[in-house]
Amino acid sequence: MKGMTIIVKTVSSWVKILIFLFGIYIIISGHLTPGGGFAGGIIIASSYVLLMLAFGREFVEENLSLPLASKLDCLGAFAFAMIALLGFVFGGTFFVNFLVEKYGQPLELLSAGTIPLSNIAIGVKVGASLFLVVLTLSMFRPDTSSGKKE
Amino acid sequence: MPYALCFLLFMIGLYCAVVKKNMVKIVIGIMIMEYAVNLFLIMLGYRTGGEAPIIDRGHFQSATEFASFVSSSVDPLPQALVLTAIVISLGSLALMISICIKTYEKYGTFDITEIRRLRG
Amino acid sequence: MAEFYILLLFMIIAAIIAVETTNLLSAVICVGAIGFGGSLMFLFLRAPDIAITQIVVEVLGLIILIRATIARDLTFISGDREFFAVVVSVVIIFVVLLAGIRAFETLPDFGTPIFTKVPGAASQTYISEGLAKTGAANLVASVVLDFRAYDTLGEATVLFTSIIGATVILRRKPKKLLEDLD
Repeated sequence: MKGMTIIVKTVSSWVKILIFLFGIYIIISGHLTPGGGFAGGIIIASSYVLLMLAFGREFVEENLSLPLASKLDCLGAFAFAMIALLGFVFGGTFFVNFLVEKYGQPLELLSAGTIPLSNIAIGVKVGASLFLVVLTLSMFRPDTSSGKKE
Repeated sequence: MPYALCFLLFMIGLYCAVVKKNMVKIVIGIMIMEYAVNLFLIMLGYRTGGEAPIIDRGHFQSATEFASFVSSSVDPLPQALVLTAIVISLGSLALMISICIKTYEKYGTFDITEIRRLRG
Repeated sequence: MAEFYILLLFMIIAAIIAVETTNLLSAVICVGAIGFGGSLMFLFLRAPDIAITQIVVEVLGLIILIRATIARDLTFISGDREFFAVVVSVVIIFVVLLAGIRAFETLPDFGTPIFTKVPGAASQTYISEGLAKTGAANLVASVVLDFRAYDTLGEATVLFTSIIGATVILRRKPKKLLEDLD
């Protein structure tokens, strides 16, 4: 996938950091304002997709290659399963919110037990997954030597 | 009456998914059906003149404010179900499009009747 | 109420254009218009969480769809299907239409949420005790990640599996291995 003109490259190099920061904000304050892990993760993935569309695929592959993206994907899913198992270890039931009322007041940023931690795990997982699928779709070169079956 | 228009959107998507021959048109029909179903689920939980299900500091001024919020907020349960459904529809779209691309590489066309006749 | 009808009419017209046009690129753009109208509908239906998720998902979905249709064979696919296929399609559409009309008679009016008609529904407990039991101010987040966290675990699994499936289908075997086997 080739890059684009110099205007698109300059503007997107300023804008990508704003999109990334906005995605992190939506993930972290998911228990106070609308948003949550899913929307924030997809926003983070789309900041990398913007970089891939503007600069070409090879530029992004040096920073966030395919094995690293799939490792981040597995790490996010593993962290989410770990939070569920820790609920079983500390609370007695699978997936119980074992950190509720241990720290912070309601309506503050530090509150609501395991919900912000789950949001961060899901955000990392969804972002890495969707970046992985767009990268794989752009790496696919059609094999012109095969041709139709007889 | 809005329910009937949402059902009409679903029937348009079903017609496109069942009758058309182009593979990408079938995928588009499935996506239209998914949009219609998510819209229908959210419309089931709507209360006329209601509020969004988010509590902020203004609701804690007195006990009657909180009671009025409880009696006038919309249903949060269909919104939780639709949230996961929207993200799953993106995953299934990626899978369907990768199947279409691979089939185009092997047969050279998107037409499903041609693919059936080229059995080896 | 007028804004609901205007947006629904916009979505229906965009859907009819997406189904009937022969140019694949126009069909993909019309699907984007349907998603955008849907996101505005969610905003008017007092669901801001869903509106944010729908608009970003639709943008990424458009990128994936355009990747499949651009630089491909965009010729006009015409001709009719076989007679048996047409008969089966008409029967399917008719059966779904009848089932839908039967189901609509049991729905409440638009504007009363459905949990007021079902006794013992869980939504009343979620609204009145959500903040006290979980400490989260966003009730939808507390339902998704605390009261019904099993569904989120299932959704993470389904997303994981479908992305792995898409990656495996699009894998390219290196040419050297195939030549070494001969």
